[in-house]
Amino acid sequence: MYAFAFHRPTSLRQAASLVGKLEDAKFIAGGHTLLPTMKQRLAGPANLIDLNAIPELAGIERSARAVTIGALTRHAEVAESKDVREAIPALAELAQMIGDPAVRHRGTLGGSVANNDPAADYPAACLGLAATIVTNKRKIAADDFFKGLFETALEEGEIVTRVSFPIPQRAGYMKFRNPASRYALVGVFVAKRAGEVRVAVTGAGANGVFRWKEAEERLKARFAAKSLVGLSHSPEGLNSDIHADAQYRAHLIGVMARRAVEAASNRE
Amino acid sequence: MTATGIGAPVRRKEDQRFVTGTGRYVDDLNRPGQAYAYFLRSPHAHAAIRRIDKAAALASPGVLAVLTGEDLAADKIGNLICGWMIHSKDGTPMKAGPHPALAQGKVRYVGDHVAVVIAETLLQAKDAAEAIVVDYEVLPAVVDPAEAQKSQAQVHEVAPDNTVFRWHLGDKAAVDQAFARAKHITKLSLTNNRLVPNAMEPRAAIGEYDPGTDSFTLYTTSQNPHVARLVLSAFIGIAPEHKLRVIAPDVGGGFGSKIFIYAEETVCLWAARKIGRPVKWNAERTEAFLADAHGRDHVTEAEMAVDEDGRILGIRVSTIANLGAYLSTFASSVPTYLYAPLLSGPYDIPAIYCEVDGVYTNTAPVDAYRGAGRPEATFVVERLAEVTARQLGMDPAKFRKKNYIRNFPHQTPVIMTYDVGDYHASLEKALELADYKNFGKRKRESARRGKLRGIGFSSYIEACGIAPSQAVGSLGAGVGLWESAEVRVNPTGSIEVLTGSHSHGQGHETTFAQLVSDRLGVPIENITIVHGDTDKVQFGMGTYGSRSGAVGMSAIAKAIDKVIAKGKKVAAHVLEASEGDIEFKDGKFTVVGTDKSAAFGDIALQAYIAHKFSGQELEPGLKEGAFYDPTNFTFPAGVHICEVEIDPETGMTSIVNWTAVDDFGVVINPMIVEGQVHGGIAQGVGQALHERAVYDASGQLLTASYMDYQMPRAEDFPPFTVGMTVTPCPSNPLGVKGCGEAGAIAAPAAVINAITDALGHEDIAMPATPHAVWRAAQKSQMRMAAE
Repeated sequence: MYAFAFHRPTSLRQAASLVGKLEDAKFIAGGHTLLPTMKQRLAGPANLIDLNAIPELAGIERSARAVTIGALTRHAEVAESKDVREAIPALAELAQMIGDPAVRHRGTLGGSVANNDPAADYPAACLGLAATIVTNKRKIAADDFFKGLFETALEEGEIVTRVSFPIPQRAGYMKFRNPASRYALVGVFVAKRAGEVRVAVTGAGANGVFRWKEAEERLKARFAAKSLVGLSHSPEGLNSDIHADAQYRAHLIGVMARRAVEAASNRE
Repeated sequence: MTATGIGAPVRRKEDQRFVTGTGRYVDDLNRPGQAYAYFLRSPHAHAAIRRIDKAAALASPGVLAVLTGEDLAADKIGNLICGWMIHSKDGTPMKAGPHPALAQGKVRYVGDHVAVVIAETLLQAKDAAEAIVVDYEVLPAVVDPAEAQKSQAQVHEVAPDNTVFRWHLGDKAAVDQAFARAKHITKLSLTNNRLVPNAMEPRAAIGEYDPGTDSFTLYTTSQNPHVARLVLSAFIGIAPEHKLRVIAPDVGGGFGSKIFIYAEETVCLWAARKIGRPVKWNAERTEAFLADAHGRDHVTEAEMAVDEDGRILGIRVSTIANLGAYLSTFASSVPTYLYAPLLSGPYDIPAIYCEVDGVYTNTAPVDAYRGAGRPEATFVVERLAEVTARQLGMDPAKFRKKNYIRNFPHQTPVIMTYDVGDYHASLEKALELADYKNFGKRKRESARRGKLRGIGFSSYIEACGIAPSQAVGSLGAGVGLWESAEVRVNPTGSIEVLTGSHSHGQGHETTFAQLVSDRLGVPIENITIVHGDTDKVQFGMGTYGSRSGAVGMSAIAKAIDKVIAKGKKVAAHVLEASEGDIEFKDGKFTVVGTDKSAAFGDIALQAYIAHKFSGQELEPGLKEGAFYDPTNFTFPAGVHICEVEIDPETGMTSIVNWTAVDDFGVVINPMIVEGQVHGGIAQGVGQALHERAVYDASGQLLTASYMDYQMPRAEDFPPFTVGMTVTPCPSNPLGVKGCGEAGAIAAPAAVINAITDALGHEDIAMPATPHAVWRAAQKSQMRMAAE
């Protein structure tokens, strides 16, 4: 790690003002990506702005149509939230599948979304549920938010404040873990909403999270695992590494999608 | 059996401090005025060093020294050594290239030591290391052992074709004859995957120099502090042996990787005198991945010949063993004398021939890792046995029974004389515990759920308690492999036992105390086991090769016998009887046939106050030492049965049942032994399903963190069913055999045999990751569809 200056603002306004003023500054929430990178000296920001003391970023709210979760909410809180479990059980299950207990009690929703790791779980939920990412400046639809590997629509210094997840009719998430890191080798989030079905895939795409439109169309016709039988994703544009080649990932997308639909269908 | 004696499941005394954070590991120690070392490591697998510019680093804040291989040479510090001489078939000695603690002219693997920076703080040392400018000329690299002998890359000038030795063992002509008259021959190409040891505590060292006494102290994460002192003094030349104290305090796991004498501790000691301050180094996890000695890495062609009745006639094995870029301390012994002599397994095999080429590559050095050679041998034998049985259409359990050795002692065609064993008993018990007869039912039930179930055996034998000295000497070992002990009885009757064994997770503080408590009748809490400090303990050979019980405890037993003999002399005076009439039992000295007796503690006190006997007749005090050299290796053996269930859609393998029946001879503490079995199985399953060190073609380690190096986790295992059979070992006074490595030795073959059974395949490479199993399942399904 390189030496850095540490700042802990207590309001969004302060945080925004600090990031405008300070040179080479980075926000830190749970720190689960940033800190290991800093320890390895792969990142060395001169200033760290800690978002943990900002009350506007906390809390889970449930309305008739959506569950809105503050950016600083830990994965464990989402997993255990009664509101989330009742309204969008697939989202609570997804949070429960992230990392291990230590990670889940430290890592945050906002951090995961803003980082957009291609193997992270939350981007699949955001895209699959047609979530809205709310920042200190604007609201961004998930479809427009995730731009590629570790890239998002966020501008310099923009802070994710909360994410609003519309409540679907049904949803399911299945992931096949990378055997070493236990990140998603392939994760598929399936949601049936009024008028549309969304299938979002994480872990597999060379460009990060994406929607599998062919599967969406079939499921829109009939929301059942059977609808996907015989449908396979093309290996083109998928990741290939020492853990899995593109062909295996493509195959797993089909398997995880079917299982996610089954999980969604088996609810109630 | 008493509550704390031999055979009792006594809770581990040392765990109180380990689980409450009051253990003292090297990194917990800080010496007054200490500075910090940081090693600049090679980013290239193979490169000539044209120039190292230290100027900017030296000018960096807090920097005390920047040292390179040139400085090492100028101070005439010797190279690191390999302490086991292997001769090639043609009689020539192995070709060992120079192994300086800091690179001299060339780097040979990613992670090789280029320079060390010593600074006031670790941060300053790291900053300065970034300022060192090294001009490299990158050279072609080779990482794959199968390619090493034909590669353009030459790792060491002294070793053409990168070949360290071409060694062999056994009777080639006899094996050729056996194969000529065989009814059936099984052939397998096997890879024993390369592993990173991953002890929980990374390596660490503090070097300290005292100018007043001109002496050094090294605090280090070692499994064998005396051997470290011997090598650092006699070979590397840091200081004379009597001027060097080596302390290995609490050590958090070793698995072999902390046997060796590495560059880092050498440099810390040398640098401590140069800068006149203690120098501390603690490995980061990435450094552990890059520069701890790795394990395994064999490529093997293996064949088994059987007659018309399914009796094994012979085994022929040809192995290329990757030794990495330098020969680590015991590297040459692992794929030779710790490997080929185990190729008979538990079977009566008339003819065995094994060739091993040891090769250099541009990878981290490879040396002993839990099992060291024996897991590799067991994998060869047990894969061959399973596949042969299947090809013959025989039940794999029956095939093994037919070929088991029945009479002991048994001389194998590859050096070993097995002293005792009952392999049938272990197999029968394992079949029963695993409910083998109902496996078919379970397989059908799995099939109904769309899952493939398989069962696999591993009937292993291993040679451990590595010793006797004469035998290992004749095989090329540079040291003797006895052990020493000293039993110090205090005037109050409490006891310190000094042992040359070293505990780094094994629980010696408990098991060794159990032996003493059992023999002397002293409460276990009045016994302290002292180890890991060359200034306290007489010489010792350390802990590896599952030798602490068989060799280390036997030395203690021998010293205890001497204490009892001396105690009888004292008791004779105290009880006014003749020495021949004194017997010692249950902690009491008694005059035979009378009720006159004295407790052990009373006699200890009498020995020290010396009022009841003349000091001219009998020396006061009660303290005895012993050096013990056993008569043979010990040969633990057993049967592990693994049952797996595979999801053919994803390739995910779940271990659903695991049965282990081991014969460790007499068991001192069954709870600790069971723990050792569990840990060994976990590491063996790690090799079979999860772990592999992957270098890319340019020599970069792709698996240098837990993001990519897959460790087994608790959730990957079912509860283990562990059973024991007992044939007491006749080669040591306690009847014990070693248990530390058995699980890691047995497990890989059991897992792969189970997976191949489930898939209906002949072979699948380790690690059988979901990806690999899925591909194999695809092939099976295509084949079945075609049929």
